[in-house]
Amino acid sequence: MKKVDVVKKILHANEKYALDNVLFLAEHKKLCFNMISSPGSGKTTILTRTINDLKGKISIGVIEGDIQTEIDAERIRRTKAPVVQINTDGACHLSAAQVSEALKKLPVKELDLIIVENVGNLVCPSDFDLGENGKIVVLSVAEGDDKPIKYPGIFAKSKAMLINKIDLLEGGLVDFDIERAKTDARRLNKDMEIFPISARTGEGMNEWCQWLLRSVENV
Amino acid sequence: MHETMVAQSLLEAISDEAAKLNAKPVSAKISCGMLSAVNDEILRFAFEAIAEETPCEGMKLQIEHKPLRAKCKSCSRDFDVDLSRPSCSECEGKDFELLPDAPLLLEEIEFETDERYEES
Repeated sequence: MKKVDVVKKILHANEKYALDNVLFLAEHKKLCFNMISSPGSGKTTILTRTINDLKGKISIGVIEGDIQTEIDAERIRRTKAPVVQINTDGACHLSAAQVSEALKKLPVKELDLIIVENVGNLVCPSDFDLGENGKIVVLSVAEGDDKPIKYPGIFAKSKAMLINKIDLLEGGLVDFDIERAKTDARRLNKDMEIFPISARTGEGMNEWCQWLLRSVENV
Repeated sequence: MHETMVAQSLLEAISDEAAKLNAKPVSAKISCGMLSAVNDEILRFAFEAIAEETPCEGMKLQIEHKPLRAKCKSCSRDFDVDLSRPSCSECEGKDFELLPDAPLLLEEIEFETDERYEES
């Protein structure tokens, strides 16, 4: 038997494309966020509301990742924002190569911010760097306040967390301790920005949008 | 389920090395951090499935999970983080900074050697 030391990053193929995307975004001076959550947390509703709230201030382009269908891209299209849909045909996350292709299809020069809506999944997408400037994790109150501690990977790696559907907290429709979710998430990630929002009623959206505007200005 | 993609990348990396050495790989050591979502059993199963009828067929995978380290703000010590109860293992402090998680690495491959070649 012969042992050979290799020491090679296993996902180097993905990382090569991720680096291409980093260089592409830097060259065009564009900001790109990778939005990750469980299915049904409200990512697309957050995006349509954010695009509409920031109309006239910044232009946002969207890359939609789903296993099947154009449903989400259609919803974004109604806001008139440019969108590219990627169907992964069963794969549980987007890869940097897919995003690289999608970036070529967006009118990048006309945009200030590109948001990638990853496939709904709190686990797998966190391991695949897309070359983004930051990950945004979305947690809706109906999922429970224990998610940061149960799925630490994505909460430790995200730049910001949106706690969505806070309108459900009124009237005690769901039991969700916002302070617990915040404390647990910050234990993993002390610098994380946290925005409790309701994309449905608009509550908290202003703080989130202001943060996006500041982030765009600082590119 | 993304283990299939990890397995695919792993197969490609091992196949490249095997082609360079013109030798049959028998086992490989890989390592990952605690924040990598890699399940050993699923990765082994995925690798076994895609390695069929390739030079990597029948290979054994040894998977090491490296602990996640953090630096405590209260006592300044570095410690292994227990993600289910994140606090300093020395002083129970809850204010700490996570250190970078270990990347997903292929560290070592073991190849079959040709006995006749070794004797000569």
